[in-house]
Amino acid sequence: MVLTYPGARRPDTSWTVDSDGLSIAAYQWGEDDAPVLFAAHGGFDFAGTLDGLAARLADGGWRVISWDQRGHGDSEHAALYSWDADLRDAVRVLESVTSAPAPVVGHSKGGGLMMALGDVRPDRVSALINLDGLPSKRTVPDMPDRQRRRMMADEMSARLDYRRKSHDNVRRPGTIEELAQRRAKMNPRLDMDWLRYLVTVGAAESEDGWRWKLDPSMRFGGFGPYRPEWSLARLPGLRVPFMAVLGLEVEEMGWGTEPGDVEDWFPPNAEFHALSDVGHFVHIEKPDHIAGLILEFLQ
Amino acid sequence: MIRELVHNKVTLALHELKKGSGAPLLLLHGLGESSHLPHEPWSDWSGPIFGLDFTGHGASTVPKGGGYTCELLLGDVDVALAELGPVTVLGRGLGAYVGLMIAGIRPDLVRGAVLADGPGLAGGGEDMTSGTWFHPSDADGRAPDPYALFELSNDVRPADYATNFVHLLLAASELDAPLSIIAKNSPPWLTAIAKEPGVVSESSQAAFERFNS
Repeated sequence: MVLTYPGARRPDTSWTVDSDGLSIAAYQWGEDDAPVLFAAHGGFDFAGTLDGLAARLADGGWRVISWDQRGHGDSEHAALYSWDADLRDAVRVLESVTSAPAPVVGHSKGGGLMMALGDVRPDRVSALINLDGLPSKRTVPDMPDRQRRRMMADEMSARLDYRRKSHDNVRRPGTIEELAQRRAKMNPRLDMDWLRYLVTVGAAESEDGWRWKLDPSMRFGGFGPYRPEWSLARLPGLRVPFMAVLGLEVEEMGWGTEPGDVEDWFPPNAEFHALSDVGHFVHIEKPDHIAGLILEFLQ
Repeated sequence: MIRELVHNKVTLALHELKKGSGAPLLLLHGLGESSHLPHEPWSDWSGPIFGLDFTGHGASTVPKGGGYTCELLLGDVDVALAELGPVTVLGRGLGAYVGLMIAGIRPDLVRGAVLADGPGLAGGGEDMTSGTWFHPSDADGRAPDPYALFELSNDVRPADYATNFVHLLLAASELDAPLSIIAKNSPPWLTAIAKEPGVVSESSQAAFERFNS
């Protein structure tokens, strides 16, 4: 059963891509002979969260290709997850469609991934669009070193505790309404009808209820020495047209990035839109506006 | 004898390399290596000696499609600690860096850590590196996994990140100097922690005598 949501449309076709033995689910909205546009979803999302934006872009004349990142949606649950692995999977999907450079759009983590793609595989990217995927240090609290270290240790030990038993983890079942309510805690600005729709495209139904397909061994948050400025540092050297969109309403899943945090990093001639009264999920809150910006940028 | 431990979707091989009574010594091998009984003086350790094959190494699972990080290996060691209880860690190369991390995060389970030379000691330096692209043509499911060999030789190891683990260990340890550096090489992360209180640079023999007591 798939619910409906105004403006959202399931992909026209889907297939699987072999990424070094790992099965990655890929999707297409639009006609086979339309120009290709790749779209990467954010962390803990799945390609179906682009059902609204991708449908609009396809209607605007593009062949939109997306995929479920490893461990997400209908892609295989992997033993290992890393930024580099996600990047390799992405290139496998790109290769399954075209060998030519193409425009890429990414939301949140997907935006960061596409920025990294533009750096390590510039031959694959002809334009880059980042939807609220510019990190900043703003979410890192200012505190004494000792306290910060203690927080790091608590977070890491909690993760290790989680991993010790992760092989037995299963996602908690529930009704469509219950899963939508749970997701609303992380997506508080999104329409409940949209979240109910997402359950029916991103969760699987079994005898005891619906479960999100996301690998239950995954846990939200970072783990390691990563620093936000490492992502931004890729930007000034970008050679292709670049557009960034920030949603300025601070919420749980976002970075809390403000224009002044990132503008100095933009490559020459970057197009930048800072949207007030919009949260992290800019493409879901304002799909018509974001699709319009992308279509105009890519003209 | 090999004990099989489950870490998420990976089965880890924990080798009992030498029997003994008393506090165990846990060996963490270098990048691309697998567990072997160490040279003297460590082979004379009074307690049992265990060696853990990291994910993608030795007799442990080689997963599909890579995705290695030192933080993943930290989880490997933590699963071994859940099996063994408190240990002294002897880490070679990559295993030295992971040994430092686990000592800081699980100070109740790591009495001390001895950091030795070996493959993968340096990692990818202290700061962001140029983007790299790698797709091995020889990933055939055999250990060592080519993905591990590449990804774990490029992981960034900032000095301040490494020293965090020293401070965390020292704050909880019963020993004045729970960290011993016997490595002769000194990549930036190791140089940084060598300056911290609670860290002693010494000979292998001196470290053995301190920790085997």
